[in-house]
Amino acid sequence: MSATAAPPQAAAPAEPPAHKPSARKRLVPYWLLLPGILWLLVFFVLPMAYQASTSVQTGSLEEGFQVTWHFRTYWDALTEYYPQFLRSLLYAGTATALCLLLGYPLAYLIAFRAGRWRNLLLILVIAPFFTSFLIRTLAWKTILADGGPVVAALNTVGFLDVTSWLGLTEGDRVLATPLAVVCGLTYNFLPFMILPLYTSLERIDTRLHEAAQDLYARPATVFRKVTFPLSMPGVVAGTLLTFIPASGDYVNAELLGSADTRMIGNVIQSQYLRILDYPTAAALSFILMAVVLVMVTIYIRRAGTEDLV
Amino acid sequence: MTDKTEGGDVRLAGISKHYGTFTAVHPLDLTIPQGSFFALLGASGCGKTTTLRMIAGLEEPSTGTVGLGDRDVTHLPPYKRPVNTVFQSYALFPHMDIYENVAFGLRRRGITSVKKQVDEMLELVQLGQFARRKPHQLSGGQQQRVAVARALINHPQVLLLDEPLGALDLKLRRQMQLELKRIQTEVGITFVHVTHDQEEAMTMADTVAVMNAGRVEQLGAPAELYENPRTTFVANFLGTSNLIQASVESVGGAGGDVDVSASGAKLRLPVARCSTTPRAGGQLLVGVRPEKISVVPADEEHTIGAGRNKVTGRIVDSSFIGVSTQYVVDSAVCPELEVYVQNIERDGRLVPGAEVVLHWNPEHTFGLDAAQSMLAGTTAVAGAEQLVEESA
Repeated sequence: MSATAAPPQAAAPAEPPAHKPSARKRLVPYWLLLPGILWLLVFFVLPMAYQASTSVQTGSLEEGFQVTWHFRTYWDALTEYYPQFLRSLLYAGTATALCLLLGYPLAYLIAFRAGRWRNLLLILVIAPFFTSFLIRTLAWKTILADGGPVVAALNTVGFLDVTSWLGLTEGDRVLATPLAVVCGLTYNFLPFMILPLYTSLERIDTRLHEAAQDLYARPATVFRKVTFPLSMPGVVAGTLLTFIPASGDYVNAELLGSADTRMIGNVIQSQYLRILDYPTAAALSFILMAVVLVMVTIYIRRAGTEDLV
Repeated sequence: MTDKTEGGDVRLAGISKHYGTFTAVHPLDLTIPQGSFFALLGASGCGKTTTLRMIAGLEEPSTGTVGLGDRDVTHLPPYKRPVNTVFQSYALFPHMDIYENVAFGLRRRGITSVKKQVDEMLELVQLGQFARRKPHQLSGGQQQRVAVARALINHPQVLLLDEPLGALDLKLRRQMQLELKRIQTEVGITFVHVTHDQEEAMTMADTVAVMNAGRVEQLGAPAELYENPRTTFVANFLGTSNLIQASVESVGGAGGDVDVSASGAKLRLPVARCSTTPRAGGQLLVGVRPEKISVVPADEEHTIGAGRNKVTGRIVDSSFIGVSTQYVVDSAVCPELEVYVQNIERDGRLVPGAEVVLHWNPEHTFGLDAAQSMLAGTTAVAGAEQLVEESA
């Protein structure tokens, strides 16, 4: 105590170093960064490097794999599996759009209209996380089972006729069709859309709504000109949190789909675990990563969220 | 401006607002003349903002009607009312620049060529060079001016100001008060200004309505309210008053005066200045403003002219505040009489402990109904009253 409690006169000369911190002080931020950096190094950078090297190897499981800088694997993987790539992006995109359409009104309601039900509704949104992703998807298998009440009901109202005509379902089946996979994806990733949307909507000062109404904006215009633009950070975060994992997902296509609905995740999984063609699996992973990265970059540029407060 | 000939008065007829069992505004009748600068003054929670929001249409009255001129606008949504608001926190749209904020109202009404009007309005509030800045890049005072410009550009019949200067520091606030007053005179639009700052209300407004616990206590020109408060709340909330509990001895003596006595002191006031009808033998609260009182040392009592109200006492505190000196005097009639004396020639004998005689012109004395609390409207009580009101 006596060492630190310097008299006021002694404190004055100690002030200039505040502008020019000592070497030890300057290093503090780096020390704080170290644990996280180490973690990322061991569990992110090293596996990535390992995968990158795998993707340019050739060989077989019996003879072992060797780095031969065989970049052709990328080209072969792309030409062979581009339908699955396109399908993944299409399914993920559709599911993201559905999530936005379903999630936005719900997030809006929770943020502005729920009153004392707000916390309960938020818990209900998060509640599915208390069960495993796999179990929940399996449950959908039961829900959409052939001849089950849901399918029967959809059949009765003629919904399935429309979706069959659109090529989304086949006959009176929902399971093993694109519709089932997209529904599964939408269901599983909906909370990842709702939560960021809610967070950004909830931050909007409701006086801005009043100000807009006071300035002759009808409720629809208030939404279009004030609420929606201000919720853009949430829209961007929600769509990214939905689209990125959905495009790499394989569980939904595996459990709810068929051979015709295979997504790129299913291909990578089978290359790794069944065909044991590690280089192709690694190459596919990197292609997916690159495609998603490019799409996301373009999207963020277009959405212009850096302009928002 | 075309608005000078259109529009009309704001007429509130029996409007009230309840939230559950809590009454924010008791049935209220108020007419705000066109083109006037009208202030609703009161402590926080007195219902002044709720009243303003009912005029704006942001709050639906529980009972009563809101009229603009001959039109009943009670059930019109805010976006259909020819009324604009300057919000307490300005509520500028953070994702739009200043230009777009100001143009918002015009664009919503389908006006496409807004440039000339927006530029003119930004010039009026001296923010021309900031048109392309975002609100968060401006200072509080500049944001406040944007909020005024954004509302005024629509030429509303009535401009509502909800404590628009509350977030500004004192010096800027004084400057903006004059600025707003200038703009109001220039555009001739009715301004309804909500504030808790009595000085602000008196400086700016032609008419002030003092509100307390959901009711208008008194309404009038600032000088009228200050000189002739009709309730203890107004007497205490608007400036400071010395209130003395007195019993009436005779009414209508020499020249229609009331003679009262308080703890031995004989005081006199004009009947015309009593807000209640005094009866001989009854009680009366006698009030006098601190700056009307003169103070002399006790041994100079003979210098005081005849016919003045006189009270003896002892100075217990004095504080020098530049233009004046404020004394607190302990006397038999009131333990804490406040006296403000201009610092023209300072008397060295007037120090704490000195025995003094206070005297003032009986014409400067007012009388209030003795049945009310003497402390209503003082800062210590304002908060407590609010609690009682809310729990009721």
